[in-house]
Amino acid sequence: MLADSKTFDLRELLRSGGGTAQTRGVWIALILLIAFGLFRYDNFGSQYNVLSFLNFNSMFVLISIGMCFVIMTGGIDLSVGSVAAFTSVVAALLSSHGLIVAVPGGVLAGMAIGALNAFVILRMRVPPFITTLATMLAAKGGSLVLSGAETIGVDWTTNFTRLGMGSAFGTIPWTILIALAVVIVAWIILERTSLGRIVLAIGGGDEASKLMGLRTERAIVFVYVFSGLCAGLAGVILASAFGAGQPLEGVGWELTAIASVVVGGTLLTGGVGSIPATVAGALLLGLIFNILNFENGRGTISLSAYWQSVIRGNFLLIVIVLQAGLLTQRKARSQDG
Amino acid sequence: MNAPLLQMSGIDKSFGGTAALRSAELTIGRGEVHAVIGQNGAGKSTLIKILTGVYTRDGGTITFDGKPVHFHYPREAQAAGISTIYQELNLIPLRTVTENICLGYEPRKWGMIDWRLANKHARELLARFDIDIDVTRPLGEYNTAIQQLVAIARAVSLDAKLVIMDEPTSSLDDREIAILFGVIRELNKSGVSVLYVSHFLDELFQICDQVTVMRDGQTVAQREISDTNKLNLIADMLGRDPEEIRAAGMTDFSAAQAKTGDVLLEAKNVATGTRLRDFTMRVHSGEIVGLGGLLGSGRTEAARALFGVDDVTAGAVKIDGKQGAPANPRAAIGQGLSYLSEDRKAEGIIPHMSVRENVTLALLPRITKHGQVETKKERELVERFVKSLGIKASSIDQPIRELSGGNQQKVLLARWLATEPRILILDEPTRGVDVGAKLEIQQIIRGYVEQGIGVVLISSEFEELVEGADRIVVLQDGHSVSELRNPGVTENALVKAIAHHYADRDAA
Amino acid sequence: MTIDPITAPRRWSLPKFDLTTLRQHGGLAALVILLVFNLLVTPNFFELQTLFVNISQVATIAIVAIGMTLVIATGGIDLSVGAVMALSGALAPLIFLSPFGVANPELGLVAAFTLPILAAAAAGLFNGVMVTFLGVQPIVATLILFISGRGIALVLTNGNLQTFTNPAFSFLGTGRILGMPFQGWVALALAILVSWMVRRTVYGRHLLAVGGNEKAARLAGAPVHLVKIATYVMCSAMAGLAGMIVTAINSASDAARNGLLMELDAIAAAVVGGALLMGGRAPIVGAVLGAIVIQLVKFTLLANGVEDEVALIAKAAIIIGAVYLQQTRSE
Repeated sequence: MLADSKTFDLRELLRSGGGTAQTRGVWIALILLIAFGLFRYDNFGSQYNVLSFLNFNSMFVLISIGMCFVIMTGGIDLSVGSVAAFTSVVAALLSSHGLIVAVPGGVLAGMAIGALNAFVILRMRVPPFITTLATMLAAKGGSLVLSGAETIGVDWTTNFTRLGMGSAFGTIPWTILIALAVVIVAWIILERTSLGRIVLAIGGGDEASKLMGLRTERAIVFVYVFSGLCAGLAGVILASAFGAGQPLEGVGWELTAIASVVVGGTLLTGGVGSIPATVAGALLLGLIFNILNFENGRGTISLSAYWQSVIRGNFLLIVIVLQAGLLTQRKARSQDG
Repeated sequence: MNAPLLQMSGIDKSFGGTAALRSAELTIGRGEVHAVIGQNGAGKSTLIKILTGVYTRDGGTITFDGKPVHFHYPREAQAAGISTIYQELNLIPLRTVTENICLGYEPRKWGMIDWRLANKHARELLARFDIDIDVTRPLGEYNTAIQQLVAIARAVSLDAKLVIMDEPTSSLDDREIAILFGVIRELNKSGVSVLYVSHFLDELFQICDQVTVMRDGQTVAQREISDTNKLNLIADMLGRDPEEIRAAGMTDFSAAQAKTGDVLLEAKNVATGTRLRDFTMRVHSGEIVGLGGLLGSGRTEAARALFGVDDVTAGAVKIDGKQGAPANPRAAIGQGLSYLSEDRKAEGIIPHMSVRENVTLALLPRITKHGQVETKKERELVERFVKSLGIKASSIDQPIRELSGGNQQKVLLARWLATEPRILILDEPTRGVDVGAKLEIQQIIRGYVEQGIGVVLISSEFEELVEGADRIVVLQDGHSVSELRNPGVTENALVKAIAHHYADRDAA
Repeated sequence: MTIDPITAPRRWSLPKFDLTTLRQHGGLAALVILLVFNLLVTPNFFELQTLFVNISQVATIAIVAIGMTLVIATGGIDLSVGAVMALSGALAPLIFLSPFGVANPELGLVAAFTLPILAAAAAGLFNGVMVTFLGVQPIVATLILFISGRGIALVLTNGNLQTFTNPAFSFLGTGRILGMPFQGWVALALAILVSWMVRRTVYGRHLLAVGGNEKAARLAGAPVHLVKIATYVMCSAMAGLAGMIVTAINSASDAARNGLLMELDAIAAAVVGGALLMGGRAPIVGAVLGAIVIQLVKFTLLANGVEDEVALIAKAAIIIGAVYLQQTRSE
């Protein structure tokens, strides 16, 4: 029965999307914050604010999605920020050939670094933390060498900047649609393919997954290449939206991405994770800036930019403490039963 | 179809120059339950890991299902029809039951996983084993027995021709074992062979058809189970004369007439937040008190409560006349308690540390001056224990991870004996230890008891309890329900004590 | 009379330079190669001046790496060290430049030396409490201060570079004893002290036990939480000291740059030095060697006219190489 299977699917989707105790927090916080913004500021819900907010944060959503996959295997990818900077330079250098060359060029550069990560982790058996720490440095060095340590202006005569500055049907920025597409693909991969389940299985028990006869190596290669792809795409968007390849950008992006993933309820040890909740986490962190800007705009407070990181740190603290509380509650419950 | 399902012959394997297997043999017929037994280090697990593609053999041939095979990865072995249920469960506790059964082989619709079908499939499989659980919950929420059966369900769903079970019953209670045996018999009926590895020899006679005995990396015997007996198998494993062992006796906590002294420990109606609900016992100086009961009956939880690991929520504990349970293990050690925990790997050894450092870990405060460890004193003390317990290590500075299981266990025993405890709690002190070391450990413990310490002994082996303990407190479902006194306790009596109350409650 | 090699007491177990030590230090090989290369290629390498320049540079990395090694030995990681450096480095001048500090130069100086370290220790206490009592994974727990610690430093200084002239305080970064930079002595003293702590004290044993097998350590009576908290506190305090040294070297505090990316250098030094990321090992001498390797790479490339950017790639290769060597040899 078709109808029956549809309702069932919906429930499944909702559950995997936002139903668990760990991911519920981020949705509640996001909704509360949006409600607060809508209530307090006139222009908060305006089309302009919503679209520019989403537009700006699409890069962070992208790298957070890539990071989420890596973290679900129990790994980590510290190279995403540098990779984005690197690919922004690559894309800028290729921008004279138009979108058709610059986009694949930048994305492939990101995927190549992801593949390098996977190779070092799997074949040289260097822990992910160290591997991606090293490629973070290397990608940074690479982008500085490529760019001569200067921002590389893009070629404005080609269609390259349309990606970051243009809008579909004149309203919705392309970047938002790209990020949305990646989110949907990632979601399907995680929830509806063997590959996605193997990613989670690896994080839940690497050795056990191997003994179960799963193709764990393929999945590991996938997550790092995918993370490279996401970072590469973010870099291309960066170059296109700001009109320049920026070798010095991307500092701390990896931490923003990790924070989004953690806020989204994914365990850093792997084995559990959710794509929608990660997106919510990324948006939540972005929203804090947005609200801070509004607050500064109203003139009620005047916080320097330096406060932003303090506030963000404190916010992370609150989320983590709440999560820790939830986890201990759960543990106590499972011990009871 | 008289050709055997599996024939391994002349298998060689060495690790870094040390031969683990020398020309080992294994032949398994179709639809039979075949046991492989041997002491620790006899090469059982190496042989199995070669069969399943975890290790690559150095030499020899393997024929499976009529074809010569050479597996490089577990996946290849699985694809050929060999599924393995490892001792350390090869499952993912964080993921759902369904996923654990179907992972890698999920049913699909339009290229995407059809979870509804997958869940249905999982439920049906488990129904064959009389298990009805929510298959969409994480596997880790269920007990070990269910996890074990889920692993078997996975093997069955992969159309295995040979299912390898490594110590499948070590964490199951009797009822669960009965279910497992039922499953095995059903597998046999459908022509699936089972390779069965177990330390519990009694089980072999209940379920196995054939037995292969290994010693020092070689296959020393293959016997029809109906043609042999327990003693002969032990003799094969040890490479000794059966008559000799018959004279020595197998378990020897030697129930030398108990001369019990003062009350050292008293627990009255103790409960914790975990599985312990109403636990009462008393331990005198110079006696061994056994805790009997099925897995999950609260034996380990009782030990943890007494040692201050889990908080006591109700009842009273009195140690050496002092009221109150210790606040934490540190305090417990200070009050003269020692606790040799059940899981050597997870809760016992510090793998990177040396034998010396492992022995003195619990003792540090007493061999310290101004925060600094007195190394000379430490070495002397460790030397003494290494000698008196017969610990085989190249030096006391050898990392403990390099030692055999039995020797690791002795090092841990030394850790706790070194604190000169008044009360020693032993949780499965001889599990996973070979027969020789088991005997030695039991003798060492008896020696200390004669000097006046009190021992709480937890064991899943009825034999060890019956022959080793002066009294046995029987636990059920977190309640201490009865007490048996030696001499005169038999295994049957203990089993009866455990079963009796169960029946009672069921009737009520 | 024969001496049993097992029972013969080994009184002093200072760093044993036998084969196992060599194996643990994948970085030692790198160090030797770097030294030989420099002796052959780099002009003026074999000069006291060059040595001292390098020592003054390496001291801060080494100090932070020692603390990081302790944290890694518990199986944890501390991402906040760079931020803590910025914090303490910004605090010190604020204190002796404050009205109170100007009015009471001596007291102000004492306060300028101690309060920033205490503030850093408080940051460590925060990290430790998060990791132990709240059970937060170390990467996440220290991520909080990584993000907000530098923010606090920037807020304190309003993002400005604070320059100052205070010879007494600057001695920390520019002073010399017997020709060697003062911070070199500080790093050396800390290395010896912490090495001794790890090898000979109860704390050291408990540290390695907690990192090696936490459950077992708890059952054996080790005060797991206390050990971890103490370790994070020490790590942060050392980072705080390093932050003050950087400020002293520059005679200026720059909250935006002080300690930037130091967590990476420190982790790299610790790992190159043989620390196991899963815990249970604390090779302090290795960490110092690792710091020297990291510094020498920077120096070698710089002295030979290679661009800074390429140095980053070289550093990356060395980190991977060292860990790879460690991996293959430990099998």
